[in-house]
Amino acid sequence: MRRSVLAVPLAVMVSPAWLFGAGTVSGKVTYTGTPAKQKTIDMSKEPSCAKQHATPITTETVVTGANNALGNVVVYVSAGAPDESSAPAQAVTFTQKGCQYIPHVLAMRTGQELKVVNDDQTSHNIHPLAKVNHEWNKSQPPGTPPLSEKFDKEEFVPVKCNVHPWMRGYFAVLKTSHYAITADNGSFSLPNLPPGKYTITAWQEDYGTQTQDVTVSGSETETVDFSFKAKLY
Amino acid sequence: MRGLMGKLFAVILVVIALASAIPIVTHTWYGSAIRLSPPPDISTHGHAIDEQLSETMIEAGLSFLAAQLVLALFVWKFADRKGDTQIRTFPGGAKVMVIAALVLVGSEILALGVLSQKAWANVYFKPAAPDALQIQAQAGQFAFYFRYPGSDGKFGALHPDKIDEGNSNFFGLDPANDVESRDDIVTGELAVPVNREVLLLMHAKDVGHSFYVRELRIQQDFVPGLDLSVHFTATTTGKYEIVCTQLCGLGHYNMKAYLNVMSQEDFDHWMKQKASEQ
Repeated sequence: MRRSVLAVPLAVMVSPAWLFGAGTVSGKVTYTGTPAKQKTIDMSKEPSCAKQHATPITTETVVTGANNALGNVVVYVSAGAPDESSAPAQAVTFTQKGCQYIPHVLAMRTGQELKVVNDDQTSHNIHPLAKVNHEWNKSQPPGTPPLSEKFDKEEFVPVKCNVHPWMRGYFAVLKTSHYAITADNGSFSLPNLPPGKYTITAWQEDYGTQTQDVTVSGSETETVDFSFKAKLY
Repeated sequence: MRGLMGKLFAVILVVIALASAIPIVTHTWYGSAIRLSPPPDISTHGHAIDEQLSETMIEAGLSFLAAQLVLALFVWKFADRKGDTQIRTFPGGAKVMVIAALVLVGSEILALGVLSQKAWANVYFKPAAPDALQIQAQAGQFAFYFRYPGSDGKFGALHPDKIDEGNSNFFGLDPANDVESRDDIVTGELAVPVNREVLLLMHAKDVGHSFYVRELRIQQDFVPGLDLSVHFTATTTGKYEIVCTQLCGLGHYNMKAYLNVMSQEDFDHWMKQKASEQ
């Protein structure tokens, strides 16, 4: 606890953005075409979870908003960002509640602590299908303390529960702290970027990745928009 | 003294034999909380299985009692016999006695087998009626999923490489290219109309599993690589548990689903609802 209190002002102080003034890259992620209809999840096999949802939840493969906005897209600086050696001290939390992963897409830094919480009355078996990082698979009975884990290499890791096949989430493990996840309105903002040339990447779990280059010269806001082609099925 | 001990032993034999028959006859196996008798039968074929089990139990029970009583009788009668003198020899000697025992036990088992045919063959060897409702059941670690053919009455082809559980594509359908699969209805619960024959087409996604519904009196293994089927007609509406009874891995304890027997009207409504959720 004490360490994290110290770390925040320390991070602000050593940040080049604070020293030299910084620009922002912001924009909107949209789709063209018709996205696949999200399917209602049948969790009748786990009544303790099913009763937590007044209306049944759906899959979250594609999350959309008004005006073709695309949510749950991870937008990050994939090249050009100043080297950031240490991960933030505070942990990110991934919660299993109502047999659903919250959030569906969780971004974190390489080496950052990941806490996995089981908020349900049933056992979960969290299984990140890592290919670059070490793959693990842990059982978490109800009432047990959060699991603590971390990933050392950059990777987008699908996460599944071995007991509840419908559960699906993603870990976006990134080398940079300059990342954002779009809200339902598709917008994102990457602040505190010192002048320089950057490659911005947008990743959507079903549609893949897109990249764009952008140059930040001062403390202005550069606009970068992404558009993905939707898949009907 | 020796004769008295022998007679006492004979009495104890009779007491043990009769005492062990009591819980079976009164159907209290593990005490009053748990009944030996199975839950109510909700199928058209289940009564034959129940009758067969009772028949087997009665036959085996009477044989057991008879054997114990004959043993006790001999102990009682010859308890005070002096010396090693031979009582009598089985006519024809030991060889004939073994053959006689084999024939006796063998014919009893054969008789049980022939009689039980009516319970077993009705479900397993007689094909379902052509108009039976076809439902596909897929078992995978650690859940059951069911598929209804939808309005076109046809099941779309399966493509194991297309299985994407996070996207609720548990069967590996290919709606982008396969029109027949587009209206298929995939559910996590098995809903069936009451009093209508159902043909369950079973396949395993990964390892061996089993489909067991006590009230239906059906237990059938899923075997990877084999297309197996069972057919049944449920006669009572209600919700019943489907459990996996084949140890299939770490999550086996939690591998279950529900059988929901509905009136035809409720079933049609349910089907419409599920179709809209696909």
